[in-house]
Amino acid sequence: MDNARTAQAAAIIPVPSGGPQEDAASAPDPDKLKVVELSAFYRGKIALRKIRVDIAANQVTAIIGPSGCGKSTLVRCLNRMHEVQPGNHAEGEVWLDGENIYAPGVDPVQIRRRVGMVFQKATPFPTMSIEDNVTAGLRLNNRRMSRAERDRIVERSLRQAALWEEVRDKLREPGISLSGGQQQRLCIARALAVEPEVLLMDEPCSALDPISTARIEELILELKASYTIVLVTHNMQQAARASDYTAFLLNGDLIEFGETNQIFTNPARRETEEYITGRFG
Amino acid sequence: MRAAGGGPSSYLYRKLKSRLMMGLTLAATVITLLPLFFVLAYLLSKGVTSLNLAFFTHLPKPVGEPGGGMANAIVGTFELIGLASLIGVPIGIGAGLYLNEYGGALSAPARFAADVLIGMPSIVVGIFAYAVLVRPMRGFSALAGGFALGIIMIPLVMRTTEEMVRLVPQELREAALALGVTRWRTTVSVVVRTAAAGIATGVILAIARVAGETAPLLFTAFGNRFWARGLREPIASLTVQVYTYAISPFADWQRQAWAGALVLTAIVLALELGVRWITRGRLKPLR
Repeated sequence: MDNARTAQAAAIIPVPSGGPQEDAASAPDPDKLKVVELSAFYRGKIALRKIRVDIAANQVTAIIGPSGCGKSTLVRCLNRMHEVQPGNHAEGEVWLDGENIYAPGVDPVQIRRRVGMVFQKATPFPTMSIEDNVTAGLRLNNRRMSRAERDRIVERSLRQAALWEEVRDKLREPGISLSGGQQQRLCIARALAVEPEVLLMDEPCSALDPISTARIEELILELKASYTIVLVTHNMQQAARASDYTAFLLNGDLIEFGETNQIFTNPARRETEEYITGRFG
Repeated sequence: MRAAGGGPSSYLYRKLKSRLMMGLTLAATVITLLPLFFVLAYLLSKGVTSLNLAFFTHLPKPVGEPGGGMANAIVGTFELIGLASLIGVPIGIGAGLYLNEYGGALSAPARFAADVLIGMPSIVVGIFAYAVLVRPMRGFSALAGGFALGIIMIPLVMRTTEEMVRLVPQELREAALALGVTRWRTTVSVVVRTAAAGIATGVILAIARVAGETAPLLFTAFGNRFWARGLREPIASLTVQVYTYAISPFADWQRQAWAGALVLTAIVLALELGVRWITRGRLKPLR
């Protein structure tokens, strides 16, 4: 009877702070990240106002909105990168598998190992070869690897990033010798090498040509089998093509959040409709 | 086709003006290069004739005896540079990193202090070293000389480190941090490594600068006509030796002063060429 009651409780209460109920086999909590009343500030100026959004596990959640609406700020809050710039801070809660990453005493470095990030501009480390770029996150955290283990991680990560076939014969060449689209996939491989649970992508295609963009979008669809993905984009077609859920931000407020299909075909709010039909932004 | 400025005559006028300005700036460049060329040529013509093997291998001879060399001064210069680098390089790089990577309220005053220190007459630094090392230790020493030169190096290394590290794009730091790399590891393995060629340049230029200093050594390292037997003894240096010989009344010493000046210039030139070689093509990805 006790067991029955716990199971029932687990089903009713969405996310207790105790963590995900892995053993309640019926329903492991489908939300990987829960953003609760999150506000973010730049030097005291507010950039995000009490955002509330749930990021589903193994799905792609797109964040759209006009320039300056806070979409980059929002993803940067999800792995505590927002506070890296002096003067910035965030308030509220972000629950990662039932752990509040903004709780006092949480080490942001540990969070960033679980929540990886790909930036707008491809940023391979200029002093490192392709393979060293891939393993940078591991090596700079003093992880000891045998030659064989390293090779395996390099190959696995580059395959996941759909770059292996193009670079397998030149792993020792500098990462910056690659083309722009390849560099961005190298950065994705680098982020995947540390085996994060969530991958944040902050306008990963904005500096790429249409062909490279298509490759990255394909890649996103492949990656969601293993990772939870948050995709910031100002390209609405991209959000429609690549995502399962879409959040629309405007001036630091979350205007609407829902399934991508619904947002793009039947938005509930007038602002959303105006934005996706191109009336502003 | 009509240009915004009007007809062909105004075009001709503009072209003429452009030529004139180009000519003036070219003249300024030539005037800049001429003294350098003449100094080098004169130094070469005066110095080469006095150079011989003995100059590099022998100690100075007593007054009145011809011959001898500056072996101890050449070695002494390198020793002093080494001591100075031990002080100036780690502190300078550390402070430069702090200014740009960690910043904080101390940055602005520290930067200002460094600029003041760079502009400080080097003899004043020598007096400082005299007061804090020579007097308490009751004697001139290589240590005091190296300390004085090291003090001069610190702000130079600090400022170039800061400038070079500033050129490293912020995105690279964020990329490392986002991989879960700690702050200090990001600084060492990404920022410093990316800026390494630039920092090395700054260090070598600072070394070249102090290698030519005379004033701060006059009452710290002092000079020595023999081999220094330890760091706590006075030590010879090329600059002080050149100074002493050049103002002496003996023709042979004056001749050797020219040779010493030539060797010193060659050392500094070699260091700067070394910089060129280290940084060939390597500063590009940053710019």
